[in-house]
Amino acid sequence: MDDVVISIEDAVISYREDVALQGVSLKVHRGDFIGIIGPNGAGKTTLLTVVNGLARLLQGEATVLGLAVNKQNSTRLRRRIGYVAQVENIDPRLPINVRETVMVGAYGRLGLFHRPSPAQWQQVDRILDVVGIAHLSRRPIGHLSGGEYQRAAIARAIVQEPEIFLLDEPTASIDERAQWEILDLIQLIHGKYHMTTLFVTHDLRQLPSTCQRLVLMKQGKIWRQGKPELIFEKNVLSQLYGVPVPMPLKAGSASWLHSSQ
Amino acid sequence: MAVLEYQFMQNAALAGLCGGITCSVVGVFVVTMHLSFIGVCIAHAAFAGALLGLFLGFDPLISALVFSLVSAGIIGPMADRGELSPDASIGIIFSLMLGLAFLFLGLMPGSRTEALNLFWGSILTVSRQDLVFLGGVTAVEIGLVLVFYKEIQAVVCHRQVALAVGIPATLIFYGLLFATGLTITASLRSIGGLLIYALILNPAAAAYQLTYSLRRMLLIASAFGVISCWAGLAASYLLDIPSGASIVITACVIFGVATAFSPKRKVKRWQRS
Repeated sequence: MDDVVISIEDAVISYREDVALQGVSLKVHRGDFIGIIGPNGAGKTTLLTVVNGLARLLQGEATVLGLAVNKQNSTRLRRRIGYVAQVENIDPRLPINVRETVMVGAYGRLGLFHRPSPAQWQQVDRILDVVGIAHLSRRPIGHLSGGEYQRAAIARAIVQEPEIFLLDEPTASIDERAQWEILDLIQLIHGKYHMTTLFVTHDLRQLPSTCQRLVLMKQGKIWRQGKPELIFEKNVLSQLYGVPVPMPLKAGSASWLHSSQ
Repeated sequence: MAVLEYQFMQNAALAGLCGGITCSVVGVFVVTMHLSFIGVCIAHAAFAGALLGLFLGFDPLISALVFSLVSAGIIGPMADRGELSPDASIGIIFSLMLGLAFLFLGLMPGSRTEALNLFWGSILTVSRQDLVFLGGVTAVEIGLVLVFYKEIQAVVCHRQVALAVGIPATLIFYGLLFATGLTITASLRSIGGLLIYALILNPAAAAYQLTYSLRRMLLIASAFGVISCWAGLAASYLLDIPSGASIVITACVIFGVATAFSPKRKVKRWQRS
């Protein structure tokens, strides 16, 4: 049991009158790649914010990387957790370039009163090369396309040298080609840096093939979980989304996405 | 240049230097975070506080500082918690401060010359004590920006990301709001409560049009702030017009010119096509 890096027990979270999570329990082992799927409003994003301490637990407890998730530990924990959200609207005139944005990932770990060293800037350049946007390093961050911006966000998370990688609909609002490129990149990064990855999506076609376990969420609860090849079934998915889900799904990168049951 | 031999003019030039820099630096933060209205609101809070000080008979800068810091401390959490939209919460505090300012002004007995000076400001009559306060605030502010530059850059450009990577983003954000309050209080006598936010917004907004680097934006905005103060001061002396108004009008002209020649306008046109 030593390799459990995320342990959530009976978590309840509420935003004013809306209960976002209702008694959710989840264990994640080091190196796992977990896909979290479900309709909008199911509590997927909230579950990620439990892990990085951005949400406040009304009930239950969470332990991440051996630390209880609470106000005292949250800043320390976030330094060890990479977080990539959906593409956000960025002001095209924002006075910061891609290289500086990526370096922000290292600032939490560097701590106050320390400046990034030349070696750390070189590391940023290497990682920009890994994610394929080294040629854009001096470009203002607001001038990137959605796909390029997500590559920068992934690079920023890698610079952080995280042990856990949280991805919240990272392929939403970007074009089809960029979506598959980002998915391939995420799988490459997961393998290369041996991270524990939690990948949230509402789009079933966007599940990477490296997913070892699927967590299906509905109405703030974990409705079902298990191995993708066992759980990715027409009736289960149709019940999850409340509408008939056609199988096989088109254009999926994972072999089990094409299974017709 | 003979005019600079006068003590009052030397003081005014120094106040212009410090006020121009410190107002522009906090302006860069509020403009980049799209929180310009916060500057307006805190300026009115400082003004209302100063009038209360005058009404009760103690140093108006002390009550101006308390009011501006308290308003910054209220606006931040109100906007963050989302109980009201940020513009609504800031608007409510703004209207309350304006109401209080006029209430204290109305209750004030006798001549209101000093109160009206806080309206328009009077850089030509700035005292040695005010100058020391303004210089101290400027030095502290520059020091803090140099020490915490990377955290400030992360928070003003990517606040949610800064929070997610373990930077004390909330602390830095409130620190910036308090710095805005402190700056406004320190500049109140020289620039005036109604005009101060123009000196906060205009040089920073002009610099925002010209560069994609936060470091360069801070330098350009500071230069524009000082130029606004000094050119406004010269215009005030030469044309015998109110100094606060001439400073603000100069800052507006600089913003207009910067916008007209902004390289970023090309980006906007390119994005539309």
